[in-house]
Amino acid sequence: MKKPRLVMIGNGMAGVRTLEELIKLAPDLYDITVFGAEPHPNYNRILLSPVLAGEQTLEEIILNDWAWYTDNHVTLHAGCKVTHVDRARRLVHAENAAGDKMVAEYDRLLMATGSHPFILPVAGNDLPGVLAYRDIADTQAMIDAAAKFRHAVVIGGGLLGLEAANGLMKRGMSVTVVHVSPTLLERQLDATAGRLLQKSLEERGLKFLIGAQTQALVAGPDGRVAKVVFKDGTEVPADLVVMAVGIRPNTELAEGMRLHVNRGIVVSDTMQTVTDGRIYAVGECAAHRGIAYGLVAPLFEQGKVVANHLAEFGIGRYQGSLTSTKLKVTGIDLFSAGNFQGGQETEEIVLSDPFAGVYKKLVIQDDKLVGACLYGDTVDGSWYFKLLREGRSVADIRERLMFGESNIGDTGHEGNTKAAAMADTDEVCGCNGVTKGAICKAIKDKGLFTLEEVRKHTKASASCGSCTGLVEQLIMFTAGGDYSASPRLKPLCGCTEHGHQAVRDAIREHHLLSVPAVMRFMDWTTPDGCPSCRPALNYYLLSTWPKEAVDDPQSRFINERSHANIQKDGSYSVIPRMWGGETNASELRRIADVVDKYAIPTVKVTGGQRIDLLGVKKEDLIGVWQDLGMPCGHAYAKALRTVKTCVGSEWCRMGTQDSTQMGKDLERAMWRMYAPHKVKFAVSGCPRNCAESGIKDVGVIGVDSGWEIYVGGNGGIKTEVAQFLVKLKTAEEVLEHTGAFMQLYREEGWYLERTVHYIHRVGLDHVRQRVVDDADGRRALWERLQFALDGEPDPWFEFDQARVDTRQFQPVAEVEAAKTAVATPVV
Amino acid sequence: MNEWTAICRVQDIPPLGARRVARQRGLDVAIFRTSGDEVFALLDRCPHKGGVLSQGIVFGRQVACPLHNWTIGLDNGAAREPDEGCTPSFAVRVDAGMVYLDADELATRALEPTRPVAGPCHRHVAPT
Repeated sequence: MKKPRLVMIGNGMAGVRTLEELIKLAPDLYDITVFGAEPHPNYNRILLSPVLAGEQTLEEIILNDWAWYTDNHVTLHAGCKVTHVDRARRLVHAENAAGDKMVAEYDRLLMATGSHPFILPVAGNDLPGVLAYRDIADTQAMIDAAAKFRHAVVIGGGLLGLEAANGLMKRGMSVTVVHVSPTLLERQLDATAGRLLQKSLEERGLKFLIGAQTQALVAGPDGRVAKVVFKDGTEVPADLVVMAVGIRPNTELAEGMRLHVNRGIVVSDTMQTVTDGRIYAVGECAAHRGIAYGLVAPLFEQGKVVANHLAEFGIGRYQGSLTSTKLKVTGIDLFSAGNFQGGQETEEIVLSDPFAGVYKKLVIQDDKLVGACLYGDTVDGSWYFKLLREGRSVADIRERLMFGESNIGDTGHEGNTKAAAMADTDEVCGCNGVTKGAICKAIKDKGLFTLEEVRKHTKASASCGSCTGLVEQLIMFTAGGDYSASPRLKPLCGCTEHGHQAVRDAIREHHLLSVPAVMRFMDWTTPDGCPSCRPALNYYLLSTWPKEAVDDPQSRFINERSHANIQKDGSYSVIPRMWGGETNASELRRIADVVDKYAIPTVKVTGGQRIDLLGVKKEDLIGVWQDLGMPCGHAYAKALRTVKTCVGSEWCRMGTQDSTQMGKDLERAMWRMYAPHKVKFAVSGCPRNCAESGIKDVGVIGVDSGWEIYVGGNGGIKTEVAQFLVKLKTAEEVLEHTGAFMQLYREEGWYLERTVHYIHRVGLDHVRQRVVDDADGRRALWERLQFALDGEPDPWFEFDQARVDTRQFQPVAEVEAAKTAVATPVV
Repeated sequence: MNEWTAICRVQDIPPLGARRVARQRGLDVAIFRTSGDEVFALLDRCPHKGGVLSQGIVFGRQVACPLHNWTIGLDNGAAREPDEGCTPSFAVRVDAGMVYLDADELATRALEPTRPVAGPCHRHVAPT
């Protein structure tokens, strides 16, 4: 059977990325033909600025070389312009520079025509030496001009114009930027930041004519442009004029085809043109819900949707993106997103330190962050962008908001916070040993644009995530990727387009009781999910419908299936529970005997005041548990792990409260409690806080008049100090409040979200309102937790109730080495 | 001509799960069961850092290694791109609900790979 034919018009980044995605999904579905007007394979247009500045070469910015097209059986007509398309006969007519005509038939057509630079309608705009800044030819012409001529004028002080001006200056030209608005980058920066930027660029040697209106471009005796004349009669010399006053979607061909065009080729959420379902449009030429995007990340998202449709999966939908901006001029940091100008309805928080060159403005409306403009210090840009996207209330963190939440963890990268200042040999990711040089090389060689891609290819930031902020900066510097433009809603995983909240809501509203039921109901795209979604679904089911939903061990990570913690050699570690961290001679004797009997190589005291037996063989686990005769410590699970305590008033001369007893009571009340992530408590008997309550999910500190409760602390990747929730009088109140907070987190938290991140998302005010202010609600939460935990089994002893498949502890068979032997199935 | 060794019944392997077959020489062979009751066999060792694949989460025709979440194809043992590496696979026959492995492969295939070493033995350099 003959394959259907797919023709793509345009050979740029969005289009070719779409083909890459399609070939990944359905390698042999189509005969693919590509027409590209430029005589080049697909290259990274964003990196033309570093090429112009002499920081990279043209070869380095090629994304798909000629061989890629051949290897993937894509017929490429480079340097071949499509003249018209006959929609009735489904024919594409094209012509190359030599005037040779060709025709291609299509079954599906993909419009990826990109955009055109806007040329000012002034006299002389067609003179030699007058250029736009859009493609390789323009860039090469600018490089050639810089070698011969002295004076350059860039018209337009937007992102592209400033990058062009910077590049030409680095190539030795004297550059004047002409900008009609009062401040630079007025679409990306407010006036103050715009002026700071101008000052900084002036210090580097750029000249500015602000508010100047271009009247005409005048030729010299050789016919080449020689000067720019303004409306007020002044003029500047110019051997080269670069027009960078904006781009507009390239829709001439589409209009000729009678496709509906309005600020771009109008497409639906499936990226099909509204006029003709056979025709898709992707990239800068497409107008989705009235917006034509110009940044790579949204365009690549669009590409995924198109590929999905062309591959006949028919499941993807594009729902628009929020975007943020950064400027690619080495050494200048700026970031903006959302409504950073503010207005009558908004409030502003501003930090201004002109001497240090730092300016930050946050725009708030109805207790929500709606815009941010940062200059000089942009390390918190992605955090602000996240707050903006999520639209959560910032009322409770308002006083700290300006100081950021540096999205860089505390450890693992030598305290670096600025990727640009690091050497190539410096380690960025301390978990996986990935250096800055290795990340930059992978970004360049493999054409990576997003954090996800860099994680996949290099493993940097893929483990603990502490270095995510640094990796994002590297992507910015190296690929010029606008990494932070991201979908409004983050899907739970690649198997679905639904986010965590939608899944939780559906399970509750529709009383879903099993993993397959959720997948069916919510149109999962994979038959049995993946290691990301299955554990999340299993947790949501169990926490929403306790005693009803049935645990699915196969949807749990191995540690929660074998009830021990897997080690790098395939052995396990065993940590028995010791209530409140207290033990006795009998337990210690049994532990010692177990260590001898099973030849356990390492015994270690943990940070949570428990004893860890490391290197237990899987076959020995049941025997070890039996011989220990101590309850399961859940030190392997997303569950309550330990309650750390100090000795408290029983012994300590400083102690004001019996913290050990309080800790034991909390642990006995809440052990076996599964949660979105691991949970740790601590109880200290006085404010000296020897149990380190300040970095626990719930920290209790005894004072003479009662107990203080702190929540959302974390001693991990990024040290987070717990926040004060409430002061209480009695131990009973401590139990009830702690339990209610835990149940709220269990019911509302997203899987793998620690309490600190849960509180960041919903706000401490919400927690306070539900747990402290609403007494009835609190009691109901506490009762629901007790109901869920009542009769829960100890997985080390009650195998059937805990659904522990004990077959896993033995091999299914042992086979002899000799060829003729018959296997002995082990029962 | 293959000589098939009876290993177990298909139902001895949990759906979307795995069991391991111990060999006198060489590491275990992991046998996996998909949701559609297909059975696959791989050397029970991730090509990345030697993780025990039989302990991973099975989904589709893949298993996620429990150590670092590499995804390994059950039908060919290959790591999913962009990761690189491959673990040896073993022929499987399923007949009337019984799972058989090739006796010759069990006895001779992939006998050399070892598990990563963990524990205190790391701290001491053996005297020469």
